Amino acid sequence: MTMIDTPITGPIKGPEGPEHHPDHHEHHAHHASPTPIGFWIYLMSDCIIFGTLFATYAVLGNGFAGGPGPKDLFEPGFVFIETAFLLFSSITFGMGMLRADKGDVSGLLRWLGITAVFGLLFIGMELYEFRHLIHIGAGPDRSAFLSSFFLLVGTHGLHVTFGLVWMATLAAQLKWKGGLNEANSRRLGTLSMFWHFLDLIWIGVFSFVYLVRLI
Amino acid sequence: MSDHSHSSGSHGTFGSLMTGFGLAGVLTLIPFGLVMFDPGWSRNLMIGLIMGLGGLQVLVHLVYFLHLNSSSEEGWTLSATIFAIVILVIVLAGSLWVMHNMNVNMMPMTDGNMGGVPDLPAAGSGHGGHE
Amino acid sequence: MATELAHTSPPETWSPIFGRLTWDWIPYHEPILVGTFAAIALGGLAVLILMTKFRLWGPFWHDWVTTIDHKKIGIMYMALGFIMFVRGFADAIMMRAQQAMAAGGAEGYLPPHHFDQVFTAHGVIMIFFVAMAFITGIMNYVMPLQIGARDVAFPFLNNFSFWMTVAGAILVNLSLFIGEFARVGWLAFPPLSGASFSTGPGMDYYLWSLQIAGIGTTLSGINMVATILKMRAPGMRLFDMPIFAWTTLCTNFLIVAAFPVLTATLTMLTLDRYIGTHFFTNDMGGNAMMYVNLIWIWGHPEVYILILPIFGVFSEIVATFSGKPIFGYKTMVWATACIMVLSFVVWLHHFFTMGSGASVNAFFGITTMIIAVPTGVKVFNWIFTMYKGSVRMETPMLWTIGFIVTFTIGGMTGVLLAVPPVDFQLHNTLFLIAHFHNVIIGGVVFGVYAAVSYWWPKAFGFKLDDTWMRRSFWLWFVGFYFAFMPLYALGLMGVTRRMNAYMDTAWQIYFIVAAFGAVLILGGIACGFIGGFVSVVNRKKLACGPDPWNARTLDWATQSPVAPYNFPEDVQVTGRDMFWKMKEQGFKWSGHFHDIHMPKGTSSGIVLAAMATVFGFAMIWYMWWLAIISFIGCVAYGIAHTFNYDRDFYIPAKDVEANEAKDALA
Repeated sequence: MTMIDTPITGPIKGPEGPEHHPDHHEHHAHHASPTPIGFWIYLMSDCIIFGTLFATYAVLGNGFAGGPGPKDLFEPGFVFIETAFLLFSSITFGMGMLRADKGDVSGLLRWLGITAVFGLLFIGMELYEFRHLIHIGAGPDRSAFLSSFFLLVGTHGLHVTFGLVWMATLAAQLKWKGGLNEANSRRLGTLSMFWHFLDLIWIGVFSFVYLVRLI
Repeated sequence: MSDHSHSSGSHGTFGSLMTGFGLAGVLTLIPFGLVMFDPGWSRNLMIGLIMGLGGLQVLVHLVYFLHLNSSSEEGWTLSATIFAIVILVIVLAGSLWVMHNMNVNMMPMTDGNMGGVPDLPAAGSGHGGHE
Repeated sequence: MATELAHTSPPETWSPIFGRLTWDWIPYHEPILVGTFAAIALGGLAVLILMTKFRLWGPFWHDWVTTIDHKKIGIMYMALGFIMFVRGFADAIMMRAQQAMAAGGAEGYLPPHHFDQVFTAHGVIMIFFVAMAFITGIMNYVMPLQIGARDVAFPFLNNFSFWMTVAGAILVNLSLFIGEFARVGWLAFPPLSGASFSTGPGMDYYLWSLQIAGIGTTLSGINMVATILKMRAPGMRLFDMPIFAWTTLCTNFLIVAAFPVLTATLTMLTLDRYIGTHFFTNDMGGNAMMYVNLIWIWGHPEVYILILPIFGVFSEIVATFSGKPIFGYKTMVWATACIMVLSFVVWLHHFFTMGSGASVNAFFGITTMIIAVPTGVKVFNWIFTMYKGSVRMETPMLWTIGFIVTFTIGGMTGVLLAVPPVDFQLHNTLFLIAHFHNVIIGGVVFGVYAAVSYWWPKAFGFKLDDTWMRRSFWLWFVGFYFAFMPLYALGLMGVTRRMNAYMDTAWQIYFIVAAFGAVLILGGIACGFIGGFVSVVNRKKLACGPDPWNARTLDWATQSPVAPYNFPEDVQVTGRDMFWKMKEQGFKWSGHFHDIHMPKGTSSGIVLAAMATVFGFAMIWYMWWLAIISFIGCVAYGIAHTFNYDRDFYIPAKDVEANEAKDALA
């Protein structure tokens, strides 16, 4: 459901948005776009979804039911590569934003492409890990520990997938729907927040879900 | 357009991006290094270090990548973040406290029963947080 | 119970096309349901014919379904609330009738299988689709007007949120005629709600309708917060806002913080039921009490989500009809903010009996008592506002006085329940039922009636019929005490909730009195509807100007009914009770109007919500092919919607001028 929680449409500007219009003088209030703060509040509420899943993992994470535990399943080196891919993708997105500030659409698209590649690599590794776990009989129905692990990591993965779909959509719009016009710039700004936010959540995942359980 | 120029100012610079990258990289390498090349420190110290470094990296991301500061949106971004963190702490700490007390009080059974208690000796390692 | 289940539940089968839906799931052998269906079908047909005859489909589509106007969306939320209220109340009166009859071996007329669905549906509908719809509707209508805005921050999102709420409501109502509803109580605790004890589609109706409606609620919460933070009239500081806008802000902060917990928790229960995970199961490491813990982390803030805006409503009404500014404005704001935070640290008082031990119970008992303090501050503020004011006893004020008395009693029984040893005696008894109906009816329901009679003239340009609305109030007020005071007594005798039948005939007289109270309330509801109808018929006679109550806040500076653009020009706000100030300075619009920039209506909201309804239905019935198609449809349509950049238009200045001149003549 988390995918639909996201305002899938770039929310439209309020009626008193700072659109230029020949007729407006001092009588019109200049409200800045409500989108950044609105999207930030969405991210905070998404953050609490993750918080609930973290809490569940914390409480149920020792319910192994005689099945495998973290040390039998988790591979720190594998997680490290995943982490690196996601961090790189955050940086490349940042590079893209710097190109966007210069108004360089093709540079931005290039960096978005690189970001998407890292994102896909991350998702690929996660799918591989899930497939492997299910294959060796450590699927989400094995124990409460694995249920909460799959849900937490899977929810993050779904978010990344959604971010990739969004990125593809926005890339098409940047290319064919007016470049860095006001609406597209606003959407780029929100996608950037979303993407960095996912990297931030992943810090919690690799620390709390993987590393701490491997000591 | 005023809006565009206004928002573009908050995307940071190449320098701040690279600073963030460097800090995040270091803060990622240390905890992974600790786990992969076990220095033989005590469990509690290791847990504290990993979680502490994770918290630090969250701050780095908030400042250098998400450009959180006290002035954007009249401070509402920061206020909303603090509110969310308060709720997160309540949900996490509250659930752990409440459920731990219930397990202690309501299930004085042998290990391996029902909730909360590990079966595999090797796998019980993450349980150290509770006393 | 077991035999009952075996006898009513059709066998579990699955076919690739219809999933597990078979003819056996259509309850054509149950006369009550067939009758209800016939009545709804005939009523629906009549509406269809009338709408076609009077050519109302076009206006209905353009002016209402696709509207992004916060006022119309607000009115639609209220309509949804009242429709679902009738459904929820029908459930209530069925339960009262059953319990009045089923004493000493008598079985009453509802078998347990049916009774359990009725009390579950009653709770779910009343909280999610009545109370939530009402408060969202009032906030939608009033808040942007009070802060001098033209619309909410994200007008399309507002439309989408509304239709998602409708989608959830449709799924709940579908369960009446296709399949069954859950039999688990309104919060659906596992393991009862898990796969092994709740077979059949009832529990899945519960999950998917709440998830879909929950998306709407969360998005609407984000929208309102952003509106208050970004769309206030020039010069309006936060501490210039009317109290209702403040309570709206705090409520929506609670919504965005609490509803994600519900979403996550219900997702886990869904996974337990659908793919066999072990979050809340009894075996394999799962822990059912974790569900109880999580759902109440959402559940307690939820009751404050419902009551805070109502506190705001009463604050506006008390100030207006006492002819004074609200007493203790700042304490009112801080009390609201305190409640907002404190409501997140009391959740365990709903399950003291879980056995977390003395220290945990003591902590949550004390926090629960503390949260009564800011509420008490508010009650005193309302009383002091009336003190030495020239109080006018119009109907909104009548509801307000009824609220103060009733809600205070309910609050005090709540503090009783906050004492853990007392709670161990009263947990899950009718005392608890009486307590929360005391605060929810005395608070939310009275508040909604007060709000409707207060803002009706703003929305439609004429007042509600005074006589009928007074009748409605007195029947509700007296009916409430008849209906719920006996439940307190029964609860103290140890009578548990959700009982289909009982042996002790000494209890029966209390249940009969309670049923009599429910009949009085039915009279109150009927008088309210008749009052509305009579008022519409007499609308010429009841017509009033834009400010019929001599009110104090900006919402009353607009035309009645409010023009699409709300304010013909921006208001420069210089302080609290701005409209009062403006009236003192001889308020008049400048007359130099400009083109007004407005968002366009869109059909995307209802199309997406329709596909979400189909998706929910397909998931409930295991029609995987349909679920996949509708999900892909949703995503694809959502993406396509973002390719539409043509989302706004201008109302020309001369239209604004003409519209404002018309009002001056009237």
